[in-house]
Amino acid sequence: MSFLQDIPILTFILLSPLLGLAVILLLPGQRAAWIKRTAILATLIPLALSFWLYADYDRAKGGEGYDEAAEWLTIPINNDTNDTVEMLFSFQYALGVDGLSLPLLLLTSIVTAMAAWAAWHVKKRWKAFFGWFMLLELGMLGVFLARDLFLFFIFFEITLVATYFLIGVWGYYNRERAANRFLIYNGIGSAIMLVAFVLLVNTAGFRIEEAAGGHQYIYSGSYADIGANMANPQAFVHLPPEATGGVNPFQMSEGMHWTLFILLLVAFGIKLPVFPFHTWMLKVHQEAPPSVVMIHSGILLKMGAYGLIRFGLFLFPEQAREGATMLAVLGVVNLLYGAILAFRQTEFKLVLAYSSISHMGIVLIGLASFNEIGLQGAVFQLVSHGLISALLFLIVGSLYERTGTTELPRLGGLARSMPFMSGVLLVAGMASLGLPGLSGFVGEFLSLLGLFETKRWLTAAAALGIVLTAVYVLRSVLGITFGPQREEHTALRDARFVEALPMIVLLAFILLLGCFPSALTDTVQMSVGGWMEQLLSSRSGG
Amino acid sequence: MPGETLFEPLRWSDIGIMAPELVLGAWFVLLVVLDLLLPGRASRRSWIGGLTLAGLLGAGVLVLLRMIDMNGSEPAEVISLLGDSYRIDDFGSLLKLFVLAGTAVVVLLGLGTAERDSAITDKGEYFYLLLPAAMGAMMMASSGNLITLYIGLELLSITSYVLAGLRRKSLLSAEATFKYVITGGVSSAFILFGMSYLYGVTGSVQLDAIREALPAAVASYEAFVYVGFGCMLAGFAVKIAAAPFHAWSLDVYQGAPTPVAAFLAVVSKGAALAMVLRILFSTVLFAGVGGSVIGTALKDDILFAVLLVAAISMLLGTLAALRQKNVKRLLALSGVANAGYLLVPIGAGVTMTHSNNVTELIFYLVAYLLMTLGAFAVLTVVGRSVGHDELKGFAGMYYRAPWTAAAMTALVLSLAGLPVSAGFFGKLFILLGAANGKYYWIVAVMVLSSVISYYFYFGLVRQMFMRSGDGMLSERERLSVSEYESLDESGSARGRTQAESVIGELAAGVEDGGPGGQPDPAYGAGTAAADLEGRPDGTVRVPVPTGIVIWACAILTLALGIFPQPLVAVIDSVFSILTDFVPMDR
Repeated sequence: MSFLQDIPILTFILLSPLLGLAVILLLPGQRAAWIKRTAILATLIPLALSFWLYADYDRAKGGEGYDEAAEWLTIPINNDTNDTVEMLFSFQYALGVDGLSLPLLLLTSIVTAMAAWAAWHVKKRWKAFFGWFMLLELGMLGVFLARDLFLFFIFFEITLVATYFLIGVWGYYNRERAANRFLIYNGIGSAIMLVAFVLLVNTAGFRIEEAAGGHQYIYSGSYADIGANMANPQAFVHLPPEATGGVNPFQMSEGMHWTLFILLLVAFGIKLPVFPFHTWMLKVHQEAPPSVVMIHSGILLKMGAYGLIRFGLFLFPEQAREGATMLAVLGVVNLLYGAILAFRQTEFKLVLAYSSISHMGIVLIGLASFNEIGLQGAVFQLVSHGLISALLFLIVGSLYERTGTTELPRLGGLARSMPFMSGVLLVAGMASLGLPGLSGFVGEFLSLLGLFETKRWLTAAAALGIVLTAVYVLRSVLGITFGPQREEHTALRDARFVEALPMIVLLAFILLLGCFPSALTDTVQMSVGGWMEQLLSSRSGG
Repeated sequence: MPGETLFEPLRWSDIGIMAPELVLGAWFVLLVVLDLLLPGRASRRSWIGGLTLAGLLGAGVLVLLRMIDMNGSEPAEVISLLGDSYRIDDFGSLLKLFVLAGTAVVVLLGLGTAERDSAITDKGEYFYLLLPAAMGAMMMASSGNLITLYIGLELLSITSYVLAGLRRKSLLSAEATFKYVITGGVSSAFILFGMSYLYGVTGSVQLDAIREALPAAVASYEAFVYVGFGCMLAGFAVKIAAAPFHAWSLDVYQGAPTPVAAFLAVVSKGAALAMVLRILFSTVLFAGVGGSVIGTALKDDILFAVLLVAAISMLLGTLAALRQKNVKRLLALSGVANAGYLLVPIGAGVTMTHSNNVTELIFYLVAYLLMTLGAFAVLTVVGRSVGHDELKGFAGMYYRAPWTAAAMTALVLSLAGLPVSAGFFGKLFILLGAANGKYYWIVAVMVLSSVISYYFYFGLVRQMFMRSGDGMLSERERLSVSEYESLDESGSARGRTQAESVIGELAAGVEDGGPGGQPDPAYGAGTAAADLEGRPDGTVRVPVPTGIVIWACAILTLALGIFPQPLVAVIDSVFSILTDFVPMDR
């Protein structure tokens, strides 16, 4: 038992943004600099705590010791009609980490801290901005920590509301439309998710407990319970039918499995976004303020992938395996579609937006491969793309600040006036196109390697996407940094220290992951490995 | 047996048990007299309004004492009076608390608005008429027999008709009350018609007796039973403003004084919903007892009809609200959609594995009370500050009144069913219940309509936080909004077309310097002064009682959104279908 396992460290991490929120709300609204400093300091707390957790985390044992659970809400549902058996809905305040969520937790705290730094150039209503910002961080941390379905849902919705405000109030010209579109698309996604969760709780969330006056039958939202029941569908076969009044509460037909899997796929596919559901995120990338796009592209999209892995793949391994070809095709479509459209854009933000779609395709490819390498690649790609896109949008924000435009034809030759920022942009671009030695390469390579074992032809098609990526990244990045410089851009100042610091930090992490990928893969391995074992055993068993 | 006990008179000892209702009645009479005796100059708002509030709180304490007394002894029993036509049970007591709390909040809202609304000529009536209305709702909650139920309903309805028309100088208010009388009358007729069929086939108006006679009655007169329940459901659907019987609510809410609209949206609707629940759960639910196939079919059909009305309400309410620009009408449509959500636990019925429908219903009713009354409270403040109830009035609220805007945000989140709010848990409980009963289609409808509703609820947020401006309408917009169209002295505005009357009003406005209509000389300088003082200029002033309402509603909404357990536990420990709806010797 380490020290961290004795204290509720996960709760501390989760609630630490509230501390910042409280201080910010108490500060006078006109003191912009104080508010900004407080916000940056506040984001450093979860950052420090989650790194401490990472250092303390035992890769061989997983996150067992850190789990926290407390009863939050119990609703008796059949007091009146059945005296022999007491049935309850039970929701827990349950938090936990494992190899899947820990990297994303780290990513969240890093990117949020850097985004708080980048929010230095927010020009109005600072108090409200950083208030929502802190709530957003709380929501994101919660999403990756929650181990109860409804707790997860609540945090997911908190990020939705907070992002809506951040886009709608502080965005660019068409901010309201972007915010609306964001709200409606994601609202549909989370509504589908809610339906899936309600169904899951009502079927697989079932467990029996010994209680004082007989048995207690509990419908629980607990991820652990649901996971255990899903892994062992025989759990209730031997249940005497009269105990529940002739109803076997654990009735999950094959059709129900598929329905739930597809509901989850669509729900998280909208967030990811998967090809036909991607239109909302283009507007968001274009209109949201830079610091929010850093978070949106760096973390919020990853929540979709995380949900897909945690609920889609881990709970429904059989369905996911049978649907793997579909996933792989979706991934390749995302990859190629995003890459081709990114090539056609003249607006740098849209290039990056389509590039995000393209890179999320690689995540899907990794997931579809259904082996350890591919899954590790997918998770690696999530973290790596989170860092890279955050860095790219950070630069975009600073560019826009100086030039007032992000149109590619109106930018050029900036390397002359801004050598530092152009250099960072170039490295970030290289990371994005997958240059070995930078983090982007590892994720892509592992994902494709994984898929190559199972689906060679699709991998070949996907490899084409890598080439396209190189083309569009080089076209836009070189177009911005080199070439003829416009007259009005000759006097631009290079990055100030405030701007440079988050760039250096993000760049350092990209380099670190590129050179020592095992820092991440070791952590992921344990969780993914366990899941693979379960999948293999269920395959051999049934 | 029922025949013998039907005419059991009111005994002296019953007075104590019926005390809450009787106190309200007596208090009402006292206030009427007081209103006559008070000198014309005395502020009716503070005297009568304050006393009305005191009376409601007194009745609330009596109900609470009764409830504690009943739950102290094991097992909780039902007190039944007047030959079982009036029953005091936990379901009734919970609803009475709901009604009294809702009415008290409405009075607080009235305290904040009445004095400045020059269209209301009788400030006294405005307050004390709420007492018989609340009394009617309480009688409904306690009724064990269809006649008592009907009397309670009519007492509530007739006072509501008057209340809706209290803004006597406003054409819209007259229109509202007229429409409300007609539709309300028709719906009462439907209810009575349905009841007569039920009496015809079962031979009783007692709910208990109907339950016992129902399986036999269904077997011989199946069609009549369907007609009976069908007509009653339609009538009640009008009262709770469930689609497709909701059309009146938009006009009535718009025309009625805002606190009265809040009363109709919350108290009236809640009481009628409770009645649907009580009638169906103590009769239809047991139609299939003893394995009667037709009876079971009846139960399934009626419950399906309820779910169908629920689904139509949710979809129609939210879809119609998408294009709605008037906040009062928007809240009316939101009330339609919420009526749909509230009908789901009723229509889901009771199964072996799921029988906490009443907990779901009451929890969501409480959430609904908080968020709707809070929203209406904000609307009174905003409407006052800008002189109209259009959506645009909320523009730039962030700059004009940031704290009110923040409170409104919490309420809007709750209305939209987003965490962390009472509305989220209310909807979640209903969803879980419906899914437990395997009504997956209604789950889908609920969730779909929630998502659609994001658009217009967040429309309020957009106005408040993302638009700037003082919320005033341009001249052009004013012409298209007939909101503050007033009756002139001769009442001739009735005959004019809308555009003409607005132009006429504008002309009149130039003459006497105010768009609020010509002050009636009979009401003296006080009204005119109030009218001048309250001239809309976009500055938001929150009167103390309204402020209390807004913040209490917002904070409670958030608190229930984080810790819903206490309320669930209270409802659950107090209420039980077995003891409250069905006698123990079943």
